[in-house]
Amino acid sequence: MSRRPFDPRLLHRVPGARPQLGVLALLGVAAAALVVVQAGTLATVLAAAAGGELHRTALAGFLASIAGRAALVWARGLVASRLAATVKAALRADLLGAVTRHGPAWLAGQRAGQLATLAGRGLDALDAYFTGYLPQLVLGVTVPVAVLAQLAYADWSSALIIAVTLPLIPIFGALLGWQAQAATERQWRRLSLLGGHFLDMVTGLPTLRVFGRARAQVAVVRRMADQHRVATMRTLRVAFLSALVLELVATLSVALVAVPIGLRLLDGGLSLRTALLVLLLAPEAFLPLRAAGSQFHASQEGLTALDEALTLLHPADADGATHTPGTSPDPSPTAPPNGLPAPTVAPAPDGRSASAPTPDDRPGSVGVIRFEAVTVEYQRTTALREVSLTIRPGERVAIVGPSGAGKSTLLHLLLGFVAPTSGRITVDDVDLAALDLDEWRRRLAWVPQRAHLFATSLADNIRLGVPDADTGAVRAAVRAAALDEVVARLPEGLGTRLGERGHGLSSGERQRVALARAFLRDAPVVLLDEPTARLDSASEAAVLAATRRLVVGRTALLVAHRPTLLAGVDRVLRVTNGLVVEEPTPGTVPQTSPAGLVPEGRPA
Amino acid sequence: MTGRTGDSPARPARTLRAERVIWRLSRPYLGRLVGAGLLAAGTELAGLVLMATATWLLISAAGRPPLDTLTVAIVAVRALAISRGLLRYTERLAGHDAALRVVTEVRTRVFATLASAGRTTAGQRSGDLLSRLVSDVEAVQDLLLRVLVPAVAATVVAGLAIGGTALVSGPAALALAGGLLLAGVALPVLATVLTRRTSALVAPLRGALAVDAVDLTHGAAELAAFGASRAALDGAATRARELARLERRMAAASWAVDGLGVLLSGATSAAVVVVALRAEVGGVLVGVLAVGTLAAVEAALALVGAARQWTQLRPGLDRVAELLADPDGLATAEPDSAEPRPAEPRPADAPSAGAGPATGRVGTASDRSGSETARAGCRLVEVTVRYRPDAPPALDRVSLELPPGRRIAVVGPSGAGKSTLLGVLTGAVRPEAGRVTVDDTDLAALPAERRSRAVSGLLAEAHVFHTTVRENLLLGRSTATEDELTAAAGAAGLLDWVRQQPAGWETVVGEDGGQLSGGQRQRLALARALLSAPTHVLLLDEPTEGLDPRAADRVLASATGYAGPTRTVLLVTHRLSELEAYDEIVVLDSGRIRQRGRHADLVDQPGWYRDQWQRQHDAELAYPAPRG
Repeated sequence: MSRRPFDPRLLHRVPGARPQLGVLALLGVAAAALVVVQAGTLATVLAAAAGGELHRTALAGFLASIAGRAALVWARGLVASRLAATVKAALRADLLGAVTRHGPAWLAGQRAGQLATLAGRGLDALDAYFTGYLPQLVLGVTVPVAVLAQLAYADWSSALIIAVTLPLIPIFGALLGWQAQAATERQWRRLSLLGGHFLDMVTGLPTLRVFGRARAQVAVVRRMADQHRVATMRTLRVAFLSALVLELVATLSVALVAVPIGLRLLDGGLSLRTALLVLLLAPEAFLPLRAAGSQFHASQEGLTALDEALTLLHPADADGATHTPGTSPDPSPTAPPNGLPAPTVAPAPDGRSASAPTPDDRPGSVGVIRFEAVTVEYQRTTALREVSLTIRPGERVAIVGPSGAGKSTLLHLLLGFVAPTSGRITVDDVDLAALDLDEWRRRLAWVPQRAHLFATSLADNIRLGVPDADTGAVRAAVRAAALDEVVARLPEGLGTRLGERGHGLSSGERQRVALARAFLRDAPVVLLDEPTARLDSASEAAVLAATRRLVVGRTALLVAHRPTLLAGVDRVLRVTNGLVVEEPTPGTVPQTSPAGLVPEGRPA
Repeated sequence: MTGRTGDSPARPARTLRAERVIWRLSRPYLGRLVGAGLLAAGTELAGLVLMATATWLLISAAGRPPLDTLTVAIVAVRALAISRGLLRYTERLAGHDAALRVVTEVRTRVFATLASAGRTTAGQRSGDLLSRLVSDVEAVQDLLLRVLVPAVAATVVAGLAIGGTALVSGPAALALAGGLLLAGVALPVLATVLTRRTSALVAPLRGALAVDAVDLTHGAAELAAFGASRAALDGAATRARELARLERRMAAASWAVDGLGVLLSGATSAAVVVVALRAEVGGVLVGVLAVGTLAAVEAALALVGAARQWTQLRPGLDRVAELLADPDGLATAEPDSAEPRPAEPRPADAPSAGAGPATGRVGTASDRSGSETARAGCRLVEVTVRYRPDAPPALDRVSLELPPGRRIAVVGPSGAGKSTLLGVLTGAVRPEAGRVTVDDTDLAALPAERRSRAVSGLLAEAHVFHTTVRENLLLGRSTATEDELTAAAGAAGLLDWVRQQPAGWETVVGEDGGQLSGGQRQRLALARALLSAPTHVLLLDEPTEGLDPRAADRVLASATGYAGPTRTVLLVTHRLSELEAYDEIVVLDSGRIRQRGRHADLVDQPGWYRDQWQRQHDAELAYPAPRG
């Protein structure tokens, strides 16, 4: 897809870029003027030299204009680099800020990866656009105008030739560009398949080796690489045609100008200085446009990144899905919950075990959480339909059901990642949408299915929810989460820096880090989303034991895929196709519920 | 969250080893490369001579000579104008063709080197490292097209320009040579130094920002839930600002080089004019020299860009060269790959390797029934594996009999050594002590192909290739018949799905099986492993991972049954269900065999197995049955 050479949304999105763009334009005008001065002075010098004389004033003028051009090249590069840095920094901040603004649900699917790439290295592609293509584009406007003006003054017939041939460059460029584009697109699938073959083979090498096919594939790799070359060359033969035509237009027009003025010189109808001026200026008119053309490809990546970033930040069409809690479509209270009659609000019980810190440390306790006819619709599916349920303080509720049934959505609603499409959630009879989200989240601890670990120290990872926690508290959380043996094994203990996305820890260890986060957070409500999915039995046992310790004395919502998690819960909710049904409590579960729980079960 | 440093900055490796390696690989295509370089030089020269001739034409015409003295020049101007474009077009095609041929060569070599490295380190290497390797190979193309070809062109043009000028005036040639030396040597060196310094400073920050971006997006939910978004965002913003500041500062020095280039071309041209006039060169030629000088210096300045490009390509090229020169060296990036490289006989020896009479027919992989009888099978005797000299052993004096037809399950907590055991059996991991034999022949003495015919199967992280279902399965055994495909797919529970697909066996599975669901992908990998039909031992590492419990039991039973009466099955699993049918269950922990026996015996003994089994058993009972 061909893009416009300049995206006007940029001016709106990054206001700080405007003055720099203005300076860039001014520098372009100055450079164009100096091109004319340089050609004029050089023509004078050479005309004088033809008579064996050194025209010192003209030479000095020539040198001065050269020095001026050099300074302008430097200044232009500087301004362009600053512009690039400004735009990149602004877009980065915007992109990363958008995540916080829109909430994690906005990031679902492809978007997280796209955003991470874009805000990471993707935007660096803008360097080539801003320092290479854009300044040349400015010169592509200013220089031809200045050259044509000078030529029209000096020799209008030459100016006419240039004026006629110059537009051929963009016209041919566009025509052939489309042609090449079409050819490339026809080839694209094949090219990408052939190009990707090598990566596929290298990645699958261990598998090939298992079947003794690694060496046999060497010949295949060579054959596919060669086919890739042949296919690429077929595309390039067309793609390079545009450059050929542009080059021909540019050089031929110089020849078209030079030969007639040579003949007119013979007639004596023209001064040598004017003739030389025309000769020296004619190629300058074509130069910036051709340079911009040759930078075009390098700039495309940048333009694509820019377009992606601006589109992400300002999508033309709303996504339809419910994003932010603030934009909840219908925050007004709806009909009273159907299915489960609302019991009277029970005060938060003091059912915490002795090991838990004093309740004063906690950012408040949480009363009854109630879902009132909550429906959540995503773009394509309805995750929850008219769900009504009540979770009383200290209750431990397991949520089971097939994958994709809407189990995680229940937790995401409470976390404020998703807002109900209709219906509402109340906490102590206050609508969740009306609560300060940060304040509310301070009362939650969350152990996701696959915890993200940050590329920082293990201690800082655990401290995520309590940045100022002291080492003693962190150590206590580590012990509670059965993470101490892992810490002991790490070279620098809690201070060990983790790799990107927690590289270096196994999935079982990661889940324990997530549990340690939750222990340290010490919130009255814990939300656990299949904390033992994808763990082997040993890790599962450790995580399970820690999970059981964690839920003691707290309100706990536990999404369980693995049946092992269900022991010790008070209620089981089954989610199927967005509907929530109460299950009988598992019979084999020993009664380990701590004393002090609200008398549990379905309301009579 | 201060990010880690990303790519390490360009090491000042002054040995040019990478270039030497690429030079060696390019040698067959040297003719094409030099041809492309000469065509590039021709292009530049055509432009230079065009301007010089046109100048000569004009200045001569001013003297009003007879028209016919100018005819040649007029024709030359027109011819040069056309030939320049044509030369450029031919040069670019020739250059790309030559470079792509070299890339083909490099890809093949890199793959062959990785393929014969004799162990599975590539599998343990992260995907990022591998895709970096792939883009590193692309750097070779840039090296040839954007560094080598322009450098050849600039050198040829500079040489000819100096020579041509010398014919007119010695002093002018000296002035030109001086200017060209500065433009073609001094400035590129300066540019190299600056680029290197910039990337040394900027690369770590860019790496840190990339990590920030990953953390802020993939960790967005955690940050929000734990109220840490603001702090993380501020940290990233600070680093982004620091990067912007650094980039602005470095740009000032870098662009000064380009400014100097412009200054240099004008100054050289002026110097040539002054010197030529002093030397009493004819007025026509002074103009020709001045215009020619501008074009020649312009051509030499292309080296500044080439130098920058080269500096940026160096780290990637170094990695490629390192791999090709020393395939094991690269793998040191992974801690658990430090084991010595197993001896690997040439594949040519394969057909006649003295593997004993019993293995004489090992090559006929289609022999799924395993009709040979006089086989001792596979055996591990006191095998010890240590990944680092100071580390505790990953396997500690493990002995295991794998006689034909036996069903053996290996269980144990994660990190117990199960994967290492499989690695030993595939020959990917070489034991520090002890023996691994196949029919009384040392496994290490067998050629790799023979080894994998004796022992293969489904290993962790099996790759699914971006091709059809059929091609993927045939990688297990290229000679498999339609019936065998059907049987293997049926045993893995894949057949129904294949039949539902409009394209059937020809369904393309996407990159790494991305078009398949997790379950289908797993079944495809399992079917391929079953189809591979090793003559001795079929390895199954968590074959039912990602399948729901009932499907898992079904698939495990059918896969075990598929193996037939004479083939050994070695199952590694964390699910202790359906193991009643196994002849021996081995409990590994910390590299040692803690318990072994049949399921019925092990559930009676106190220990890890009973605890684990009990836990899983209770759990499945407690699991509420789905309602119809």
